[in-house]
Amino acid sequence: MGAPGQEHLWDKEVKGHRTYNDVRTFTDDQLKNYTEEELKNFKPKHATPNLDELEKGPFPSFVSDLKREALHRKKLGQDNLMIPEGIVEDLLGVVELSYVDKETHWKHGGIVGVLGYGGGVIGRYCDQQQKFPAVAHFHTYRVNQTGGKFYTTDYLRGICDICEYRGSGIMNLHGSTGDMVFLGTFSDQLEPIMFDLTHDMGVDIGGSGGNLRTPSDCLGKARCEFACLDTLDMCYEMTMHFQDELHRPGFPYKFKFKFDGCPNCCVASIARSDCAYIGTWKDDIRINQEAVKEYVANKIPPDGGGMTGRNWGPFDIQKEVIALCPTQCMQWDGKKLSINNAECNRCMHCINVMPEALRVGKDQGVSLLFGAKAPILEGAQLAILTIPFMYAKNPYDNVKDVVRKALDWWMEEGKNRERIGECIQRFGLKKFIEVLGVPAMPQMVKEPRSNPYVFFKEEEVPGGWKRDIKEYRKKHPL
Amino acid sequence: MSKGKLGYYNPDKPMENRITDIGPPHYMQFLPPILRRNYGKWLSHRILEPGIVSHVSESGEKVYSVRAGGARLVSVEHVREICDIADKYCNGYVRWTTRNNVEFITDSEEKAKALKKDLDGRKFPAGSFKFPVGGVGNVITAIVHTQGWVHCHTPATDASGLVKKTADALFDYFKEMKLPAKLRVSMACCLNMCGAVHCSDIALLGYHRKPPMVDDDYVGKICEIPLVIAACPLYAIKPATTAEGKKTVTVNYDKCMYCGNCYTMCAALPLADKEGDGVAILAGGKISNRISTPKFSKVVVPWLPNNPPHWPEVIDIVKKIVEVYAKDANKYERLGDWAARIGWERFFEKTGLPFTWHILDDYRLAVDTFRTTTQFKFTEHSWAVSKAVGGI
Repeated sequence: MGAPGQEHLWDKEVKGHRTYNDVRTFTDDQLKNYTEEELKNFKPKHATPNLDELEKGPFPSFVSDLKREALHRKKLGQDNLMIPEGIVEDLLGVVELSYVDKETHWKHGGIVGVLGYGGGVIGRYCDQQQKFPAVAHFHTYRVNQTGGKFYTTDYLRGICDICEYRGSGIMNLHGSTGDMVFLGTFSDQLEPIMFDLTHDMGVDIGGSGGNLRTPSDCLGKARCEFACLDTLDMCYEMTMHFQDELHRPGFPYKFKFKFDGCPNCCVASIARSDCAYIGTWKDDIRINQEAVKEYVANKIPPDGGGMTGRNWGPFDIQKEVIALCPTQCMQWDGKKLSINNAECNRCMHCINVMPEALRVGKDQGVSLLFGAKAPILEGAQLAILTIPFMYAKNPYDNVKDVVRKALDWWMEEGKNRERIGECIQRFGLKKFIEVLGVPAMPQMVKEPRSNPYVFFKEEEVPGGWKRDIKEYRKKHPL
Repeated sequence: MSKGKLGYYNPDKPMENRITDIGPPHYMQFLPPILRRNYGKWLSHRILEPGIVSHVSESGEKVYSVRAGGARLVSVEHVREICDIADKYCNGYVRWTTRNNVEFITDSEEKAKALKKDLDGRKFPAGSFKFPVGGVGNVITAIVHTQGWVHCHTPATDASGLVKKTADALFDYFKEMKLPAKLRVSMACCLNMCGAVHCSDIALLGYHRKPPMVDDDYVGKICEIPLVIAACPLYAIKPATTAEGKKTVTVNYDKCMYCGNCYTMCAALPLADKEGDGVAILAGGKISNRISTPKFSKVVVPWLPNNPPHWPEVIDIVKKIVEVYAKDANKYERLGDWAARIGWERFFEKTGLPFTWHILDDYRLAVDTFRTTTQFKFTEHSWAVSKAVGGI
């Protein structure tokens, strides 16, 4: 699995790397085929008085953006496009109709895909095919994003050409799970897009259905000093290792991996992944006492300079750091900051407030939390702290073993469309930890159970369940 | 790249030359050299001004990132313009953030400032900014959302449109770092909540309010009836047969809470309704572990009418909540923590939002949300209850 030898395919620092010119579809003239004046005067095919209102206001207007693409496609001409040239104009039309009807005009599902894969392409058909024939099909294509969502312009331009030549020219950067999304193409372009992506761009498609969805990550050690986990490396390794599970849905429902470098959780793993990999440390927060004094002397803005839009007055380390520590494990004596690290629960507050003075610990690893999900069906769940700390070094075999156990159990026991979080609710956390082969620990709960309805195991109770009523009656006649 | 309708694909030999299971491109090749050199060696960061954050490494090298707001829905033309900018200032490297913003990474403060000026100067013909710089620090950054009427089959409202209007109304908070803490606004066009809407400081939720219509002519033909019945969390769906003998289902209206899961399983049970559908507002969720633990968003407005293209009812309330929070909360206090500290009765009093029976939980684990202590503050709401029973 994986593409050996392709790790530097697009690497600008390596001689002979692939460039946009090696793969481009459109010429420079085709790319720059309209003027600002033409764009200003452009009137798309369908009147869109409601959508036009959304061109006003400061935030980037997706309507203005769609109109720009519509004009570009018009100027390219149908000969240079493999699906209807007017797809974006018809998209504007059908969305406008929804604004008037206040109901969607997209039909339910439809099974589409590429050969050999069970997911990655979401079928979509319009229910106004006479009025808007250019969006009769509007399937979306999930393209596996790069870790940390880093790209080069060579690569992106290539992606754009495929998206425009064989699709609508509209993308999501990015979808909620993390994939790049090509928003809208026709059925006959699904295989050609797959071939262009894999052959020319060197990228695979993402997942959908009852499978492992495309894993995503924060940018981790690439630029963040808080990262306790090499999220980019781990996300890449796990994505490659689980390619089969990603492309060939064999699970009861979806399963998501997300990799957060620290408890700040910038990729929201704790809220939405079935397995959240969150970086943590087990030794001491590193303190630069001189820098602490600079914060106290108001020489460094607190919170990484993120609050300077308002005058909060002078920094008060006692009020803003010591008092807010959730475990009250810090002390400031006017000269020295001390942390009782054994009592620290690594919430990141003090480090967030004074990043130039405090650093995460050096002895780093990953915490595994399982079972987060959105409300459908039984209710929303946050991920449960299950494995407190594991050293995580490529190829992450120890972590893979744990995750495999969870997946194997859930595949076996999970009902149709039951997320692992709901499966854990149904069987009990006690069953889940048995499956993983770990003992119970207080850190798995906020508090112990308050109902004493414990299901003991028969082998734990001397004599077992079966008893002789006749013997009993000898001692206790009615 | 391939040309022509079929490209490299040969329908007569579909497996020929097929490449599969190659995953994403390796990330390292897309990192600018300065990030590669200092990988894992970053020391600290400082936001220099709205939208510009600098990081310094153990080696002493500094990197300057400029963040610009983005809509999630982008055209390839827009992306190409981003590529032109990245080529000009960043040697062809660029990235996106988890919340749909674009980040340009430069190696000097001058370049970063020049880039910021360039980005802030670009506008669409109708006047909106293409790449407004901001979204870093204690701000309301770009709003994550779902597909809405642009693509989805289950939405109760449009996502991109409502998000655009909300982002417009909150634009000052995107640009200026004047909030007590980060405030995440997210939007989901239906209960499926594709994204982390269930843990946002403010969440906008498209909401259906009518049970599905049953298309008897089609249920038996296009749906797996047992799956439809099993899909309902409240056991409101039962198998049935029409007078003509068609296999279908019935929906018990008293039990149905219009979650739409049945529609997800069967196209013959549509929910959308222009009068019933609307927007709910939730508040007080958070994801980070900072100071307090992660928490769910709570329903504070069960339903507002869906009035595109301006959604004035929704926007007004979102603005109100943000303003009240910004004024009243302590430094570092997230919205949910602020509401918990002052008490939800004060939240409803200060925001002026009505507290109705809709907001009382009645689903699983409802009992966990009830107040089972004598600790409460007096507000008009409490006087209304006392009056209702002749208590005062």
